[in-house]
Amino acid sequence: MEAKVEAAKRPPLKGVKQRKKFIGSEAFYGYLFVSPMVIGFLLVMLFPLIYSIYMSLTDWQLLGDPNFIGTENYQRLVNDPDFWVVLKNTLIFAAGLVPINIILALLLALLLQKNLPGIGFFRTAIFIPVMTSIVVWSIIWKYMFGTEEGFINQVLAAIGIDGPAWLYDPDLAMGAVIVVSALKNVGLNMVLFLAALQQVDKNLYEASYLDGANKLRQFWNVTLPMITPTVFLTLILTIIGSMKVFGQIYVMTNGGPGNHTKVLVYYIWENAFKLFDFGYASAIALVLFVIILVFTIIQWTARKRWVFHEE
Amino acid sequence: MKNKKKNGMFTKVLFYGVLSFISIVMIVPFLWMINTSFKDSTKIFVFQFIPNPFKWENYLQVLESTPFHLFYFNSLYIAILVTAGTIFLGSLAGYAFAKLKFRGSSILFLCLLSTMMIPVEVITIPLFLFMRDLGLINTHVPLIAIPILGPAGVFGVFVMRQFFLLVPTELEEAAKLDGCSYFRIYWNIMLPLAKPAVATLTIFTFLTSWNEFYEPLIYINSKELMTLPLALALFTDEVGTKWELLMSASVMATLPLLIIFFFAQKQFIEGVAMTGGK
Repeated sequence: MEAKVEAAKRPPLKGVKQRKKFIGSEAFYGYLFVSPMVIGFLLVMLFPLIYSIYMSLTDWQLLGDPNFIGTENYQRLVNDPDFWVVLKNTLIFAAGLVPINIILALLLALLLQKNLPGIGFFRTAIFIPVMTSIVVWSIIWKYMFGTEEGFINQVLAAIGIDGPAWLYDPDLAMGAVIVVSALKNVGLNMVLFLAALQQVDKNLYEASYLDGANKLRQFWNVTLPMITPTVFLTLILTIIGSMKVFGQIYVMTNGGPGNHTKVLVYYIWENAFKLFDFGYASAIALVLFVIILVFTIIQWTARKRWVFHEE
Repeated sequence: MKNKKKNGMFTKVLFYGVLSFISIVMIVPFLWMINTSFKDSTKIFVFQFIPNPFKWENYLQVLESTPFHLFYFNSLYIAILVTAGTIFLGSLAGYAFAKLKFRGSSILFLCLLSTMMIPVEVITIPLFLFMRDLGLINTHVPLIAIPILGPAGVFGVFVMRQFFLLVPTELEEAAKLDGCSYFRIYWNIMLPLAKPAVATLTIFTFLTSWNEFYEPLIYINSKELMTLPLALALFTDEVGTKWELLMSASVMATLPLLIIFFFAQKQFIEGVAMTGGK
């Protein structure tokens, strides 16, 4: 008995014995249990990512053998006027969507944090679009924005205004898509803000009240600093999300009129799966990856600095 | 005193005013969708509170002209498989990362987490070619396997690990003394304890899969293999401005699930709040 305990305490030696011990050990099961996800990570994420870097350096088409062409795709990218239009459109979309979404979500969260009658109804109403598929939401809104048949123009007609052709007007189409996208996901950010607001220490409000701060001062000097980490996280997630916008563009405008609502992912999809120019599409996709990487790194670095705010 | 009361009144009016306006903007599209779905095609340009004639036939026409039941079935079974796979593999790996000691576990976990920043749109091009080499284009395999092993699965691991970290170790120790294997501990003790996290993850994963559009668009060509979002998007191109048909199709695609999610909403909202702050 004694000897057995001694043997168990001794560090395992090399060879068959150790192998036998490893099987059935805690570490063995650890590796076994995580292995499907780790293999998945290699197969479905890491390897494709590396492969797409290689692909971006080739002239890969649907048929025929790919040739290595160095940085030619990237040179083409720089000189492709469409690419710059698409990049600009994506930034316009983000610049429009992000502030509307964040400010509206914060406002709604501030309103909904009080427990007044009817709050459940409002919360549900604002949250329903989050649960609806982007395709359905976009189809309905395409109809809402219809020039003659649409709800908006029918309402405008009722008060004597001749509504514009929203989705066919180069100046209005992007705005319409931005509003539709903001309404779709504002509920998600609202919920995140609500959760953050609930965690603000109530004593802080009391203290600031005793110091004579009014509601606005309280918001500015107590609430906002306390929920900054959430606001920042939400901001970054919303920016990243807006860089990847696709479904609503596909359904509502198909990138039109002209090129006015064509965005990065739409351009990647078009080049890869309509024109089958896989090499070039990979180069554009990697630009998207780098943009998102930058925002992710910003988030990680900033998070460390604010870590004392989190529990 | 009077001033204060007036002030309170003003706040309330503002409060309900703003919220009502936003709620109306959110709900009107759905009412408009339902309204139009019963309209006659000649009355599309006329505003009718209750459509006259009231055309149930629109629904029949959609059901007859498209294999709608197949879209439903495809979406449903893919979402169920993706959810089941994500829950199982995610909780298994989450348990190991949270509770089992093995060399390199934190590095492996970080590697997994870091993939959350890889946009699916970037890796789709090589994945499409792999799937083509494997002969899996125009099958449901990519729509099921990629989410489980990719982004959705990683999210699942993250959620489950966070949950298992909060479970006290004593339970496990007791089970170990009783001679339970690690899989038994996971299956009989940890997983039942994780019901709230599993519920949240189920709703999340199911909804994401049910609404997924990009992957079906790329991998599926045959009509009978399409999922609801893809079928609806292509139906839009097909019928063009036959809005009454498009809206009946949309009602059929959304309403049943919306009703279920309406009841699961609380869980979902709590889930967002719980996991969103990652």
